[in-house]
Order: sequence, then C-alpha cells, then structure tokens
Amino acid sequence: MSSLEQMYQQVILDHAKAPQGKGLVETAAGHVAGESHQVNPTCGDEVTLRVEVADVAGADGSSVPTVTGVSWEGQGCSISQASISVLHDLVSGRPVIEVERTGEVFRELMGSRGKGLDDADAEEELGDAVAFTGVAQYPARIKCALLGWAALKDSLVTAGVMTTKEQA
Amino acid sequence: MTTTADASAVQAAQLQPHCPTYTALSPRELAAVRADFPILERTVRGGRRLVYLDSAATSQKPNPVLDAEQDFYEKRNAAVHRGAHQLAEEATEAFEDARASIARFVGADVGEIVWTSGATAAINLVAYGLSNATLGRGGDAARRFALAPGDEIVITEAEHHANIVPWQELAARTGAVVRWLGVDDDGRIRVDEAADVVTERTRVLAFTHASNVTGAITPVARLVARAREVGALTVLDACQSVPNIPVDLHALGVDFAAFSGHKMLGPTGVGVLYGRRELLEALPPVTTGGSMIEVVTMTETTYMPPPQRFEAGTQMVAQAVALGAAATYLSDLGMDAVAAHERELAADLLGVGDLPGVRIIGPSEATDRLAVVSFVVDGVHAHDVGQVLDDAGVAVRVGHHCAQPLHRRFGIAATARASASVYTTADDVAALRESLAGVRTFFSVA
Repeated sequence: MSSLEQMYQQVILDHAKAPQGKGLVETAAGHVAGESHQVNPTCGDEVTLRVEVADVAGADGSSVPTVTGVSWEGQGCSISQASISVLHDLVSGRPVIEVERTGEVFRELMGSRGKGLDDADAEEELGDAVAFTGVAQYPARIKCALLGWAALKDSLVTAGVMTTKEQA
Repeated sequence: MTTTADASAVQAAQLQPHCPTYTALSPRELAAVRADFPILERTVRGGRRLVYLDSAATSQKPNPVLDAEQDFYEKRNAAVHRGAHQLAEEATEAFEDARASIARFVGADVGEIVWTSGATAAINLVAYGLSNATLGRGGDAARRFALAPGDEIVITEAEHHANIVPWQELAARTGAVVRWLGVDDDGRIRVDEAADVVTERTRVLAFTHASNVTGAITPVARLVARAREVGALTVLDACQSVPNIPVDLHALGVDFAAFSGHKMLGPTGVGVLYGRRELLEALPPVTTGGSMIEVVTMTETTYMPPPQRFEAGTQMVAQAVALGAAATYLSDLGMDAVAAHERELAADLLGVGDLPGVRIIGPSEATDRLAVVSFVVDGVHAHDVGQVLDDAGVAVRVGHHCAQPLHRRFGIAATARASASVYTTADDVAALRESLAGVRTFFSVA
C-alpha cells in the first residue's frame, strides 16, 4: 500500500462521504452542554462541536458524568471531516473520564510519525480512529485530524466537566 | 550556464528575423535555466521528479544567487556604512550595488529603494509611517500623511492579508475607515467601482499589481489616475508582478510599492519598499536606532535622509547582495522573455479547467494574467487534492493563500494553486494535469 493509500484508508473515505453526527442538535432539558468552534488557520477548515453531558448511573450505582451526545457542523478536508465523524462514533455514550483518555491516546497516535502506538490496548481503545495512523506520516495533515478532537476537549472544558488541568 | 551566455542567447534569439519582438525561452535556454537551480534535481516522495508549481509562495534559487550570498560571507563580510577598513568598504559597496541593481530592475532611483525584511514589513512601514505622521512626528513635511477620523483607506477584495490587515490597524489607530473595491466573477478587481469608492475622503489606495490567487493583473494606470484626481496616496503590492513581468515603477506612477526577495529568486529575509523620493523624504521613521541617525543627544535626535532613515539596525546585507544577484539574473534573461515564457505556461495551466470537475477561480483567458492558477475540484477538498498531487511529486499550494476575503467572495474556503516561474516547463504542467485527472477517481467522486 502506498503512503497515500495508508493515509486515505477506506474507513476514512467512508466517514468523509457519510459523516456521522453532522448537524448541531439542541441540548436535551437537564443536560449540560459545551460547545467549541475551532479553525485551522492554514487552510480555513472549521468545526463547531457541541457536546452534551449528563450524570448516568454507573454499574455500582454511582453517578458517572457521561457524554450523552456529540453533534457538529463544519467544513474541511476529508481527513478533518472523517476524524470528527469517527470521534462522534467513538465517544458518544461513554464516561467523560474515558473520553478524555481516548483523546490523549489519539493525540499520541498523531505524534507517532505513522509508526503507530505499539500498544494493542491503546489501539483497541481507538477503534476506527486507528485508521488515522497513516495521517501521522504527514506533519501538515496532523492538524486536520486533530481539529475535532481539539473542539471536543475545549467543549468539555466549557461544559465544566473537563477533569484534566491542561486546556484544549 | 553563465548569465552572460544566457543574456547573449536571449539577445540572439530576439535578433532572429522570424521571431516576434518578445520570444519566450527556447528549449535550450530553459534547460540551461533549470540547470542553474540545484533543488530541481532532487526527488520527492520515493524517487519522484520534483514538479515545483508553488513559485507564487516562494521561488527556488539559482546558483548565482546562492553563490552571491556565500561569496559575500567568504570574501567581503563586514559591517556596512561604518568602519575605515577595506572589508567595510567592500561590503558597503556590495550592499549599495545591490540596491542599484534593484532600482534598475524596477525602474526606480537608487534612493527610492528601502531594504525591509520582506513585503509585509514594507507595507507596515508605510502604514506606521502614516500613523507616526498622524501623531505629529515628522513635522510640517509629514503633515500630508496625517489621517483623521472620517478619512478613508481604500483596498480591494483581491488583496493578500498583508495588504489588508496593516490598513485595518492603521484605520483603528487613526479613526479612518477602510473601504474596498470588489472583485468580478472572473477574479478581476472592479476598477470601475473606483469612481464611486475612491473619493475626496480617500487618503490611501492600496492594491495588488497581480493577485496571488487569481493571477489577474490590475490595470494600475486607471487606479493611479483616479487616486491622483482625489489626491490619495497609492500603495502597490508588487510581490507577484516583479518576479514575473517587466515592472517600471516610475512609469506606473505609484507612490509606494512593496515586493519580497524570496519570490523573485532571492533569499528569504529581505524585501523592498519603493517610495517616490519626495514622499520618502517627508515620511517620518518607523523603526529607530542605530544607522538611521545623524546626531543623537540625550534629549533628541536628527535622522538621515532616505533610504537610510528607514533602515535602523544591522541590515540583512548578505541577503540584499544576493537579491541584487537575483535581479541581475532575471535582467540577463530579460523580463520580456520571462513574461513571454510564463504567458505560455499560463495558457497551459488554464488547460486544467477542461478536466471534469475542475473549476478555475480567476480569469479563464491567458491575457492580463500571470501563470498563477487557482482551482477547485468538485467534491474534493483542496487539501486532499494537494495530497494526491504531492504523491506524484507535484508541489502546489492549498488553502486560502493568505486571501480569505477573496475566497469568501467566491463562497469557498480553500483552493489549490499552481504557479510558475522562469524554470517551470510545459512538462511540469503536464505532470500536474496527469495527476489532477486522477484525483476524483481516487476519492470516488467521478
């Protein structure tokens, strides 16, 4: 497979063609929402991402802050659009604390220069997002893949549920 | 190839009775030009020939330019305009010779050429000079530059951000208002609008000589005429024109002009501000410090005449010297020959508009335009287009090319842009066409 084909994996092309979660959704009553607008100034790509968070009863009966919905609007290249779509599928319905960790793992993957993470658990956690491994070979495109994830991190901050100190 | 041989080759070609007045470069001349650019020999992306079609962003550099910079450091490096030693004399001579080369190249007097770090710095120098005049600096002579609330600065929708943002900032500092001329559907500035938009309130009319997105060449004379009718200063962004077509600033009649070195085969870190002599003499300094002063006391300072007044601190001497060599290189080829060569390439580049799903943003005819061709591919984002082209070794620019308002005007966020220079060949354009033809298939939109 050429570098180009490694970059544009079929799963990426599919998500780019039929992006998931596109179209901003109004926040349900009683749910907390966070929103973020991110721009890639080098190419003008942009996304507005809205995240909805609610306390959901966990297995042990405790209350777990959970991402109950992700919706977004934006325009950009296939990498940025597919990445947001994959993000949508990956984080919806998952506890905030896991979502944050997944975001960190994805950022690590993008810093791997295309070599991948050499960590089966981490790659398992990323699901379809592993398809972006090839993108990390192209420094100019890493920002495209991270655009939605930056918006997610920032929107969790605005929702007031971000637990890590580092800001988006 | 030596530049001398090259010049005589061009002259010989022009003396052929069957040749038109301005012949493009012959295949032999073009091969010789390409041999002067070492970077064109390298391969990219796993052994592919480099097809460099991003010269509007930055041009590649020929050996005479690279050698001039190295030679300066090896043989003549010293502080200029000071020191009594031989090296200082030789360095100063090389520095000022370069200024003279640039002046000749663009039809200016040597005292009208100010070195700057680039075109952006040059435009900002004018904007901040006007700002300082507004604050009363520069005395009576500078009063002509002072802006007041209600004054207007007119730009165009086709401008590079470097010819937009400094004027927005100047307006914010002075209370002036920014207005602009629109752009036609074919990417040309609506010069007719100047009759209404440029008025007695207009103090500055800043516009590009040639768009870095559409390649359209502006009818400068018409805008200069209108500016003169109302007494407005004209500021020309000549970044794209100076490297690619003959430019005579005195003939154009603009008050100020800015261009960068790195787009005209020269080094980064050096650019030029041209100002009509009487204007530069009246303009207060912007950056102050060493090298630009006459007498400094503990309370006040008098300033050198231009151009030194605007060249505070240690200058980019080696880069200026190399830029002088770039101007000489282009002059030896002959800018008429360079322009003719690029006119052919513009026509070739426009041919990609025939490919299914490819749409040119800018004039579709090859007249009054540069070989700078931006396009969109239906259903495929410019960034993705660029990536596929890159895989074939074809280097183009993608994005908004520092011209967001122009892209917004066309309702698009980004375009891909192919641009030529003196070393670009028809084979380069053919390679672009071939790889571009496969883009929609790759993304399954055709």
